[in-house]
Amino acid sequence: MHSLVTIADLSKEKLLSLLASAARFEAEPNRKTLDGRVVATLFFEPSTRTRLSFETAANRLGARVIGFSDAATSSSSKGESLKDTIMMVSNYADLIVMRHHLEGAARYASEVSPVPIINAGDGANQHPSQTMLDLYSILKTQGTLEGLDICLVGDLKYGRTVHSLIMAMRHFHPLFHFVAPTELAMPAEYKLYCHEHGIDYTEHTALDEELITGTDILYMTRVQRERFTDLMEYERVKNVYVLRADMLRHTRPNLRILHPLPRVGEIAYDVDNCPQAYYFQQAKNGLFVRQALICDCLEIEG
Amino acid sequence: MKKEELLVAALENGTVIDHIPSELVFKIVDLLDLQHEKRSVTIGYNLESEKIGRKGIIKVADRFFSDEEISRLSVTAPNVVLNIIRNYEVVEKKTVVIPDELHGIVRCPNPKCISNNEPMASFFHVIDKGERLLKCHYCEKELNV
Ligand SMILES: [Zn+2]
Repeated sequence: MHSLVTIADLSKEKLLSLLASAARFEAEPNRKTLDGRVVATLFFEPSTRTRLSFETAANRLGARVIGFSDAATSSSSKGESLKDTIMMVSNYADLIVMRHHLEGAARYASEVSPVPIINAGDGANQHPSQTMLDLYSILKTQGTLEGLDICLVGDLKYGRTVHSLIMAMRHFHPLFHFVAPTELAMPAEYKLYCHEHGIDYTEHTALDEELITGTDILYMTRVQRERFTDLMEYERVKNVYVLRADMLRHTRPNLRILHPLPRVGEIAYDVDNCPQAYYFQQAKNGLFVRQALICDCLEIEG
Repeated sequence: MKKEELLVAALENGTVIDHIPSELVFKIVDLLDLQHEKRSVTIGYNLESEKIGRKGIIKVADRFFSDEEISRLSVTAPNVVLNIIRNYEVVEKKTVVIPDELHGIVRCPNPKCISNNEPMASFFHVIDKGERLLKCHYCEKELNV
């Protein structure tokens, strides 16, 4: 049995075998492979979307689910340390899915816990199941992960999902296009990461139709007001990063639009009905991916 | 004979930590936990030094530090020298080598790091010894020391 803390720990072979497992769960989601087991979901920080996805995954595998959905109802509100909470819960559960507002919390928990930990987000640090569902969505819609044009749009500075996606795609020779306002541009450390891993990229400050026309995956992220130190800059750029249906007239037929959700306005509602819109199915794919991850951490055939 | 040489010569067996910047003397006492040392410890500071202006010196009788203990000095005082004394002679000069991992020595600068919020030791990987670049094992933030 083993924990899943970060996508960076997974080899190419491991990624591909998890994606194949997720595909088998999509074909047959209700399999009682975890009959009699208990999965704990410890959400020290609330995230209804992620928690429901993990809990549905565990339920469809036949496991019982225990846990809490925010720190106010947990023992950590009484000042209990993370370690003590993990040790207590590991007496009851076979696997712990945890989300925490502090960075590195999942790594630490995985080192003190006698049962596997799945990181469901640790502050601004890692959220590997999100990255796995992004990979699964890309593979499913493109038929391959190799040699794709991937356009990352919006908040590339604080957006951990885009950073993890770059790391996960390092095995598959992508060409990235980074599209962000100057204040939210891709940090130097990730561009250095690209150089070190032979990943090519281009940088842009505007989302124009020409860029959209030449891409396979358009990965949109939230551009949040609170990320800007200069609110004038926010007012100036907020509409530049809104995707509308009329921008999708000349795309490649295989183009798909992804978004980690929830959106706050960066994808206009008229895009929802376009054949390129994929963000709702993408969220659904999270279920199959999480089934695969739970089984893998428990070393149960998935 | 100069006074400093006398200090060294007075030790029959033990360790003389030399070339300590004066202001770091008590930091080193702390890092090596010498305030709890039972054997005799001599501490000098504001001593004349051609190399670093004013230096400090710590002399511990019958005590030999392990590589792990010495590596604790690698962030605070990387340039100190440890003279190993046996039978009044300097038999070895040890310099501080920055280790591959630092446990409980450097505090993570990220206030949202778990290591600053739990009763636990910090843990850094040294990713570039020349550049003195560290990476937090937990929050993965990088740090120059
Ligand atoms: Zn840290």
